[in-house]
Amino acid sequence: MNLLVLGANSDVAYAVAAAFARHEKASILLASRNMELLEKKVQDLTIRYGVEVSCCYFDVTDFESHAAFYESLQKKPDVVVYSAGYMPEQQADAQKNYKEAQKIFAINFSGAAAMLEVVAGDFEKQGHGSIIGISSVAGERGRQSNYIYGSSKAAFNSYLSGMRNRLCKRGVHVMTVLPGFIHTKMTESLELPELLTAQPQEVAEDIYRAFRKKKNIIYTKWFWRWIMLVIKSIPEAVFKRMGL
Amino acid sequence: MELTSWGRYPRIKASGKHFETREQLKRQMDQDGDLIAYGMGRSYGDSALNQRVVFSSRFNKIMNFNPETGLVACESGVSLQELISVFLPQGWFLSVTPGTRLISVGGAIASDVHGKNHHVAGCFSTSVDSFELMLPGGEVVLCSREENERLFRATCGGMGLTGIILTAVIRLQKVKSAFIRETVKQCRNLEEIFHCFEQYQKLPYSVAWIDCLESGEKVGRSVLMAGEHADTGSLDIKLNRPVSVPFDFPGFCLNRYSVKLFNRLYYHTRSTFVENRLVPLDPFFYPLDSIGHWNRIYGKGGFTQYQLVLPKTASYEGLKLILDRIAKQGLGSFLAVLKLCGPGNGNDLSFPIEGYSLALDLKIEKKLFPFLNELDRIVIDFGGRLYLTKDVRMSKDVFRKGYPLWETFAELRETMGMKEKFNSLQSRRLEV
Ligand SMILES: Cc1cc2nc3c(=O)[nH]c(=O)nc-3n(C[C@H](O)[C@H](O)[C@H](O)COP(=O)(O)OP(=O)(O)OC[C@H]3O[C@@H](n4cnc5c(N)ncnc54)[C@H](O)[C@@H]3O)c2cc1C
Ligand SMILES: NC(=O)c1ccc[n+]([C@@H]2O[C@H](COP(=O)([O-])OP(=O)(O)OC[C@H]3O[C@@H](n4cnc5c(N)ncnc54)[C@H](OP(=O)(O)O)[C@@H]3O)[C@@H](O)[C@H]2O)c1
Repeated sequence: MNLLVLGANSDVAYAVAAAFARHEKASILLASRNMELLEKKVQDLTIRYGVEVSCCYFDVTDFESHAAFYESLQKKPDVVVYSAGYMPEQQADAQKNYKEAQKIFAINFSGAAAMLEVVAGDFEKQGHGSIIGISSVAGERGRQSNYIYGSSKAAFNSYLSGMRNRLCKRGVHVMTVLPGFIHTKMTESLELPELLTAQPQEVAEDIYRAFRKKKNIIYTKWFWRWIMLVIKSIPEAVFKRMGL
Repeated sequence: MELTSWGRYPRIKASGKHFETREQLKRQMDQDGDLIAYGMGRSYGDSALNQRVVFSSRFNKIMNFNPETGLVACESGVSLQELISVFLPQGWFLSVTPGTRLISVGGAIASDVHGKNHHVAGCFSTSVDSFELMLPGGEVVLCSREENERLFRATCGGMGLTGIILTAVIRLQKVKSAFIRETVKQCRNLEEIFHCFEQYQKLPYSVAWIDCLESGEKVGRSVLMAGEHADTGSLDIKLNRPVSVPFDFPGFCLNRYSVKLFNRLYYHTRSTFVENRLVPLDPFFYPLDSIGHWNRIYGKGGFTQYQLVLPKTASYEGLKLILDRIAKQGLGSFLAVLKLCGPGNGNDLSFPIEGYSLALDLKIEKKLFPFLNELDRIVIDFGGRLYLTKDVRMSKDVFRKGYPLWETFAELRETMGMKEKFNSLQSRRLEV
């Protein structure tokens, strides 16, 4: 199995790569921007799991490069994981500075949409493959503290759902991953409730298991399905007064 | 954030940042004020605590492995557990391991940890070929026995006070199986257990559980567990996910009666003598790792471990006195461990010296610290010392008397600017 990880320097992505290396002995290509980190991870995963790992530079916001990037891949992937993400402080940064908001949309959504479209074209032709998009429960309902990031994820959710609709007819699997809180560098400066916060390894195991079962949409950890059910069911008239 | 370590005492407000690259760490260091490295927080006391810490857990990549020599190069945040799960299936195991696999390589070097094989294999540093250290100005130096030997000796056992350990090259030992040939023997008192340790000295691993509530004739009643790597059995190892203690036990659960009952049961359910039975390596080395958050049984107030070592010639008399005091005080400890250590290694602050080491877990309570102050005096009078990585309370004087090389260490810190950059609550208390 060939695995391509986009935004591979994300902590979740590293754990997902490790899970596929461990369970599938997959050959892995790590694509992201920080090459120093990627090269370390190549060594690390190779030694830990005895699998073939390589890396290359990839910027999801460099839209023009996407087609050529995919074209240049020696071995076309069987599974593509999209894990790049960006979540700055909203009030201080994203609300005041549209450039920040734009970056959120570009990394979390439009970059993904552009790149995965290239992948989808190939998978559709091949009639096989899996696309795993790491989105967020934040996309399920906008909240005052985080709606810019949330809306980028909401867009990604709709995008993945439509793509699933299109590609299932060709036997291509598209999975939407909706994580809750995870301990990663993205959330390092936040005080997260310990009981609700997962380690990247736990999320990665959930993702791998769901991939094997060809799931459409998964919440990870599992209880987020129920938390979101409650949050989504609050009437808007009440919700708008809440301080979430 | 709230920060604490394994003893959950003290708990402090602190700020902490992870680093994944040297530049990120350097940026942390460039900020004003001092800091200390925090590995996996398995030290019991305040040696990894400071208002500002840097977390090494994401600096955890394995860089190289030579299957001919068993040399591994890795970053300091890699845990011993990860090394075991990657290399044991290939027939390699840690040369030295403490009683938990949930510690980082950086923490293993900084505390120069020892294991059940100290009498034959020495401390963790024996298996360290070299490491890279980031100094106060952000420059990185390679330290080994050949290069920057002074820094090597100060850093192994130096409790993070000389700099941040970045990467290390460590030597694994070849093993044929993931099993141990274990011998278990009940000993009725201190004399018997001392005799037993000597008798089984040839075996690479030995340690004893000791009942601290017995006195008089039975003082030192214990169970020796010794072993060696087996030749047979598979190399596969399954590191089970621990079952967790879900919440803090209320304080009253732990008292002299419950401890006494536990100790009785523990002693009497061991066979009086078993020789060479085959046991998996994991429970042999890491019995406690199968229970997550077991530190919660000591309740919200936390606990500490008092670990001392006495020179061999003074061990019998000294331990008898100490055990007697403990029994009288009724400060029973579920976990009391006795071990015969081999010769010291001359590092500035490495703990083991040739003689007997005793370690007891004790719940923090009002009467505890005054009592431990009394024990300190006995330890010092008999020429012993306390283990820094377990300590949360010893005085500057006890530290200085126990570690005669403290001055050399303090001097190095002074001259190399480490004293301004690297501090823990412990280093401030000990004024080192
Ligand atoms: C159940 C249990 C059993 C144990 N058994 C033993 C035993 O048998 N023998 C033994 O010797 N010890 C034992 N210990 C103690 C433990 O091995 C040490 O405290 C070890 O140092 C913990 O490592 P850590 O990664 O958790 O470090 P931490 O607790 O986070 O830090 C410990 C010290 O190491 C320093 N440090 C950590 N990382 C770095 C770095 N990268 N650079 C510089 N300094 C660093 C810290 O500043 C601090 O001074 C045991 C502990 C537990 C909880
Ligand atoms: N952490 C959480 O609590 C949480 C919760 C729900 C959902 N999520 C989602 O889960 C995914 C992974 O999150 P994480 O916490 O693992 O993230 P992370 O550790 O913060 O990593 C995000 C990664 O995205 C990469 N990236 C950013 N911009 C990029 C670009 N232009 N091109 C290529 N790569 C880029 C970065 O790689 P480089 O360093 O190479 O630039 C960075 O390492 C994200 O989509 C996130 O939104 C996270």
